[in-house]
Amino acid sequence: MTQDMPTPNGEAAVKVENLRKLFPVSKGMFRKATDFIHAIDDVSFEIKPGESLGLVGESGCGKTTTGRILVKLDEASEGSVGVRDQASGDLVDVTHIKSKSQRKEFRRNVQMIFQDPYESMNPRRTIFDTVAEPLMVQKIGSIPERERRVVELLNLVGLTPAESFLFRYPHELSGGQRQRVAIARALVMNPSFVVADEPTSMLDVSIRISIMRLMLELADDLGVTYLYITHDLAVARYMCNRIAVMYLGKIVEMAPTEELLQRPMHPYTRALLSAVPVPDPSYRRPEVQIKGGVTKAVNPPSECRFIERCPFVQDVCSSTDHPPLDDRGNDHQVACHLVADSGEWLGAPRAELDLRS
Amino acid sequence: MTDVRDTDMMGAEVLDESLWKIRMRLLWRSFKRNWALFSQSKMGVVGVVIVGFFGFLAILHPILMATAWKGQEAIYDPVIGADSVIVEKTVVTEVTDPSTEMSFTEAMITGEFFPEEGMIIEVPIAPAPPNAKHLLGTDPFGRDIFSQLMFGARAAFILGVIAATSAVVLATVVGSVAAYYGGWMDTWLMRQADLILLLPLLPLLIVIGSFWEIGLWQLGILIGILSGLGATAIILKSQALSVKVKPFNDAARVAGGGNRHIIVRHIIPNVLPLSFLFMMFEVTGAIFLEATLSFFGLLSIPMSWGIMINTSHTQGYTLFGLRAWWLLFPAGLAVTLFAAGFFLIGRAMDVVVNPRLRTR
Repeated sequence: MTQDMPTPNGEAAVKVENLRKLFPVSKGMFRKATDFIHAIDDVSFEIKPGESLGLVGESGCGKTTTGRILVKLDEASEGSVGVRDQASGDLVDVTHIKSKSQRKEFRRNVQMIFQDPYESMNPRRTIFDTVAEPLMVQKIGSIPERERRVVELLNLVGLTPAESFLFRYPHELSGGQRQRVAIARALVMNPSFVVADEPTSMLDVSIRISIMRLMLELADDLGVTYLYITHDLAVARYMCNRIAVMYLGKIVEMAPTEELLQRPMHPYTRALLSAVPVPDPSYRRPEVQIKGGVTKAVNPPSECRFIERCPFVQDVCSSTDHPPLDDRGNDHQVACHLVADSGEWLGAPRAELDLRS
Repeated sequence: MTDVRDTDMMGAEVLDESLWKIRMRLLWRSFKRNWALFSQSKMGVVGVVIVGFFGFLAILHPILMATAWKGQEAIYDPVIGADSVIVEKTVVTEVTDPSTEMSFTEAMITGEFFPEEGMIIEVPIAPAPPNAKHLLGTDPFGRDIFSQLMFGARAAFILGVIAATSAVVLATVVGSVAAYYGGWMDTWLMRQADLILLLPLLPLLIVIGSFWEIGLWQLGILIGILSGLGATAIILKSQALSVKVKPFNDAARVAGGGNRHIIVRHIIPNVLPLSFLFMMFEVTGAIFLEATLSFFGLLSIPMSWGIMINTSHTQGYTLFGLRAWWLLFPAGLAVTLFAAGFFLIGRAMDVVVNPRLRTR
């Protein structure tokens, strides 16, 4: 499961710094917007080459927006997104790509796998057209070369015999087959970095595992770096070396997968983990500790984002700004006032909490 | 598994057939499938038969002019031909049947200054009722109605194709561009469409017709512009909007496609089925408009169904009841049937384009 890819110089393949994305709420024709949804608020992380980072969180927390900014489908409001260029080895700032050649080079390096295999393919184009689209758009190779490349990729993702799939339409394929095609399309340019936006969430449970296994195999073989966006911790555990938990536009906890799952520190992560279903009828679920729903991220106050739902709130939480994401040892980063630098929990113990309620 | 990074592009051919041949086959296959769906509806088949019939008439005219009517252009030309059908009439005091009898006064007008009862006089008549020489009779100027009808079918096809094509091409592009770019581009194009919708079509064309000579081509393009930038653009824009939000556009962008690539390869192909549908309805509108304008005599077209009705009207035969039915009925029926044919095809195509309407 873990891929110990050689990491050249230990340098990051993707480096996101202080990323911020604001969506204006009400924009009249002549009025300047005054309210903003803080979809992503000061997010920083790194992904090492060959590593896959899982971005976990509930809907509306900004994880998909992060992915879209990384592939330049949306523009960042502030901050920088560096993606290492395959050819030159330099970190290219995505937010400042201006020239056409730079953009072309970036599109070769970075690809995306979309959530919905039924909607992410044009129903009027054949599988060949869909997979060869990046080659066609960027004018790479002659038609026979493209055909050969597409056949090669279809074989690689397990659609065999590939020739029989070339000229089918998306509606003639099953969901799993379509997602394989989507993976083939993402890999046709030999990208170094792939953003996978919940690629298995729309699939039947029985075929999820085969798609995930395929993606892992390809990551191993081709040395692809993944940003894997999901809301499913089990999927993230299977796919990712590291997991970042997002809440309302902020990363609240980030650690290597097993470290995070075994020693969750942030109250939100703990609540998420307690909500994971366990296949045991006699298992008694610990009470989910958080209350209420996600608050709107419209002009949020400066204090901790989780304050309204956190059962452990103390004075320090409401009197100071949102806590920074600090390392608590073992490469375990948490953004919470109630976690000591040593990783020790400073908040109310569980028992006391039970008494109170 | 091989590392695809290092595989060379040279090697044996993957497909033994060239790409365009395969595409043609796919196109043919989808055409057959769509035809199967289309032919399920009786309406559509009736429409195709009607339109096919007029298509046959339109092709028949030049063929007849070149073969059976060769050398008789002076008689059978739809515009400048003329033929006087000679009928023998008996002079009587009391006229009971005007087609075989005439009064003394009428006889004197023909040049017989001393008519007698029972005298038989040969007179040329126009309009002449249907006879062996003129299958649908002649008009008040002695021109062959059947020839005019066939010539009018050709005019109707030319006008319909020009109007529908130009309208739908314009509307598809305008709608897709407005939907894709949004913002100012959208506002500008859609307010322009609203403005055009505000203009009353017929009075506008009458005004334009009084300034410039409007022929078939000009009329077709005028209708195309007015409709393509107006109502049809708004409808196709709504379809383009629903295509625009599909994730495959994002996928194309990630693949490196620019705005033009996405509009041409992803949005327009998904709007096209609806465009084809509106092409059919566009033909109906154009034919009706042509008939109306011709009836008012505002077009400079040599001959059309509208002009045939206009002739019947201006020569005073429209209020004649059924006495000169061959002047009014063939042309009026042709306009109605032709428009109905395309409308029926459009309705049946709706089922092909819109899967929700399918019964199975």
